[in-house]
Amino acid sequence: MLAYIDKIKEISNRLLKEGKVDMVIGFRKGTVPMMNEPCFVKTPEDVDNFVWDSNCGINLANYLTNRKEKIGIVAKGCDSRNIVTHVIENKIKRDQLVIIGVPCKGMIDRHKIEAMFETEIQDVIEADDKIIVKGQGLEKTLNKKDVLQDNCALCIHRNPVIHDELVGDPVEEQKDLDRYEDVRKIEFMSPEEKWRYFDDLLSTCIRCYACRNACPLCYCPTCFVDESRPQWVGKSQDPIDTRTFHFLRAYHCAGRCTDCGACERACPMGIKVRTFTRKLEKDCLELFDWEAGLTLEERPPLDTYRPDDPDDFIK
Amino acid sequence: MKVIIINKEAWAGGLERLYDSFRLFGPVKQDEFHIFKELSKGELPDMNLLNTRLSAKSMVYPQSEKMFEFTLDENRDDHHMLKEIHKDYSPRAVIGIRPCDAKAFLLVKANFDSPEYKDPYWIKSYESTTLVGYACNNPSSTCFCTTAGCGPFHEQGLDLLLVDAWDHYFAKVITEKGENFLAAAGWSSEADSDTACDEIETMRQAAEAKITTRISTDKLKDKNTTELFEAPFWEDVAFACINCGTCTYLCPTCWCFDIQDETFGLSGIRMRNWDSCMYPLFTLHGSGHNPRDTKRQRIRQRFMHKLKYYVDKYEDGIQCVGCGRCISHCPVNIDIRKVCTLMNGFEP
Repeated sequence: MLAYIDKIKEISNRLLKEGKVDMVIGFRKGTVPMMNEPCFVKTPEDVDNFVWDSNCGINLANYLTNRKEKIGIVAKGCDSRNIVTHVIENKIKRDQLVIIGVPCKGMIDRHKIEAMFETEIQDVIEADDKIIVKGQGLEKTLNKKDVLQDNCALCIHRNPVIHDELVGDPVEEQKDLDRYEDVRKIEFMSPEEKWRYFDDLLSTCIRCYACRNACPLCYCPTCFVDESRPQWVGKSQDPIDTRTFHFLRAYHCAGRCTDCGACERACPMGIKVRTFTRKLEKDCLELFDWEAGLTLEERPPLDTYRPDDPDDFIK
Repeated sequence: MKVIIINKEAWAGGLERLYDSFRLFGPVKQDEFHIFKELSKGELPDMNLLNTRLSAKSMVYPQSEKMFEFTLDENRDDHHMLKEIHKDYSPRAVIGIRPCDAKAFLLVKANFDSPEYKDPYWIKSYESTTLVGYACNNPSSTCFCTTAGCGPFHEQGLDLLLVDAWDHYFAKVITEKGENFLAAAGWSSEADSDTACDEIETMRQAAEAKITTRISTDKLKDKNTTELFEAPFWEDVAFACINCGTCTYLCPTCWCFDIQDETFGLSGIRMRNWDSCMYPLFTLHGSGHNPRDTKRQRIRQRFMHKLKYYVDKYEDGIQCVGCGRCISHCPVNIDIRKVCTLMNGFEP
């Protein structure tokens, strides 16, 4: 995956030189291990700022919302699906974009890696499918596949579904995965068990909204939690309000979420927020045979009506 | 300077005795990180930590704090009257607070306890609290306290400084509160002050040498505010920002709050919650106008407040203690050290 960077730079350079785009959105090297920073480049001289490695987990589609420029954007599989969703939902026009597709083998989970060691991680080096972690008195080689973000381990759309350029040959898609084992476990719980499980899951939430704001789907001009007339949700740390925020946000993403994992990656408290969105992803797949962001030709199931929509819930 | 030696064997017993006169708070590992929590009797603070994920500011200034209660029931004589909610301001001690978080209380104090304004909740809470610091022998790579007016063994804001010296702690007495805390614990074995101070000094120097990242703040004061405000680099700094409140909520020196009334049927409470300048709602006027309606304006406000307005207003350095939490946990890796360099070095 490291080899992509030369191609990303070359394409960006060409697009900017030829005036095809006003800016290219990608990543630059982060200042701490396992972090890169989303950035834009407007001149060919600056394309050398771009990096590509397994720390590019932030979904760049989030940076397209309502932009007016012609934009080149570096897109992994999930980013490309959110670009599709953005185009369908009129947040950006397809002809404004030159999509630089990146076949992806998954991003590494910094929360997971940090939790594996008592000492602080000071450097992380990537080599092929290995991740070398260094710290004070620590040097350990990990297999990348063991430390992938949970969503990447379960990803079945690693290749961009839409692109104008491609920086490498498509990678093999993962097949025969049981993607919803954990969701089924929760489905089988009694209501009381579920309640406890969710309360526990959200107990450390600080309502910083990093999950919401890292999500390309959350572009409402005013989020329901910020409405004041009427005020739907309290702003304190009352568990009822925290729960309401997470549940409603998840439902608002139903049929739109691509399981890019940006929410979970962003959470400063390490909360597994995908637990909610994945249940809805599973429902959409089972009820509507729908996976978000795969085609520009079809609107998501929850904003369309078909006579054969499932209606078993009407008694 | 009085230094007491606390043998680690006497640690648990001393804490046990402290429960009689203090509510004790300390770092506890929850999931994969440490947070400050009230310790139940017999529970020990986990002293094997870099720092807590959230700062210690909530020990004095909780994220959500009830202020008043009221009733809307007009059959009652006291309807629509705000009544103070009783709070526990009995003595308490925060054990294991890092010097950066302790220094941060003094910065926050400039807002909550000034000659003009006195915040009764913050002041009462702060005054009832004994801060038992814990020197950092092994600072983290995102720490830059030594160039942010603080340091791994910094004593400002602390009542007592514990220094981990293998089988014992040195407890350096800084205030009378600290002295009382030691007395209540029954820790009284006084060290030879000169030798202990020398030993602590050696450890301090070793710890400070491990802090390799530095910021320069020397030119901030002389910068022209308007020119800095209009600086072209804000577009680049702001681009990645997703406008979440992580930096402000994890920060030990961010103090902004929002006051809310919440009603349940006919009864209600007035409370205050942390707020964040990263949120559009923070500055939304009743008219619908928002003077800071772009993320560039909001992120600029945060850094200008910390690194320029505060510097100019209080003439006491920057509003940052270099704890590095915002660097480690920003979801998109916006780094205050980089922004400070841009601001300090800016030439229009």
